[in-house]
Amino acid sequence: MKPFAYHKPDSVSAAVALLAAHANAVPLAGGMTLVPTMKQRLAGPDHIVDLSGIAGLSGVSMDGGTLVIGASTRHADVASSELVLAKLPALARLAGRIGDQQVRHRGTIGGSIANNDPAADYPAAVLALGADIVTDRRSIRADDFFIDMFETALEPGEIVTSVRFPLPDAAAYCKFANPASRYALAGVFVAKTGDAVRVAVTGAASAVFRAGDIETALSESFEPSALERISIDASGLMADIHADSEYRAQLVMVMARRAVAMALSPG
Amino acid sequence: MKISFVLNDRPTTVEVEPSMLLSEVIRETLSMTGTHVGCDTSQCGACVVHVNGKSVKSCTLLAPAVEGADIRTVEGLSGDTGPLHPMQQAFRDNHGLQCGFCTPGMLMAALDLVSHNPDPAESDIREWLEGNICRCTGYQNIVKSVIAGAAAMRQAS
Repeated sequence: MKPFAYHKPDSVSAAVALLAAHANAVPLAGGMTLVPTMKQRLAGPDHIVDLSGIAGLSGVSMDGGTLVIGASTRHADVASSELVLAKLPALARLAGRIGDQQVRHRGTIGGSIANNDPAADYPAAVLALGADIVTDRRSIRADDFFIDMFETALEPGEIVTSVRFPLPDAAAYCKFANPASRYALAGVFVAKTGDAVRVAVTGAASAVFRAGDIETALSESFEPSALERISIDASGLMADIHADSEYRAQLVMVMARRAVAMALSPG
Repeated sequence: MKISFVLNDRPTTVEVEPSMLLSEVIRETLSMTGTHVGCDTSQCGACVVHVNGKSVKSCTLLAPAVEGADIRTVEGLSGDTGPLHPMQQAFRDNHGLQCGFCTPGMLMAALDLVSHNPDPAESDIREWLEGNICRCTGYQNIVKSVIAGAAAMRQAS
């Protein structure tokens, strides 16, 4: 690993100041992506700004009808949170299936969405639920946040502080996990609020995306059978040694049907 | 930079480079080689230790991040000459290891599970050990060992 200077600020403003003051400085959340990337020398920051010393960046709470999750909240804590289990069980279930238990003890929701790995799980939930991403300087709608592979609307040095989830009437996430990495080969989050249905797909393309045809079909009838005659275009999907794009397109539809079934009969 | 933490109940201060990993500090700076490094890519779980009571992969943790933490490695399960920890004894009794390379990580991960789930079902164990790879046993005897170790720990408490 390339040498770097290590900083551990105790406030968001101090972290933002450090990131602004130093060239080639990156924030460190749980480190489950950044540290392996640095070990492979795919990243070589000169300054690491560790966000784990900032009080108040982690935890789960309700603000009116909105579930608020602090950016530094670790996956294992979201998965086991009684509040999340009661208010948004689909999100707790998703968090409990990211990586493995040791990864879930370190990885954070803010780190996951800021990294925007094309196969990460959280972006699907954030986009399908229409969450708001709160940063040190503004609030960004999920629809505007995820741009492309490892690219978000975050400006250089901008830090995610929390994610605000509106509560749906029904929701579920289903993924077909790569058995080695547990990343999604295809993961589909469906969320129904009133008559509106939002569906986000991860793992299948260069970044998480909303599946318009699936949303339209489910808005008319929120049943797995509503998707029987729908397919998605494989041409824009990823292909790698694990799955070609046609297989991913097929998996998306299977995961979508399973997610709808799960949303209809949770538990 | 200097970092301080508690390692197996002993207050410890070491001089580290910020780019050092916890696994390097434990194995190379402190010469405690019970914690193994298999893949060094956070896949295999041989390097699992407890940080503040939770199992983590020490090959993917920067040393400065454990400042002030309470760390336990496999060496902290039983004294140098004391009897094996019930979970270690269960692995021995049930052939939960062959080459033994993955065992330190398996033990530390299993003990984290048992600490909040004293009577885990087989499915709980298999799910919890997803991040621990063993290339010898086929996992059957590891699962058997964890069940037996958990039972022994319940009896002892």
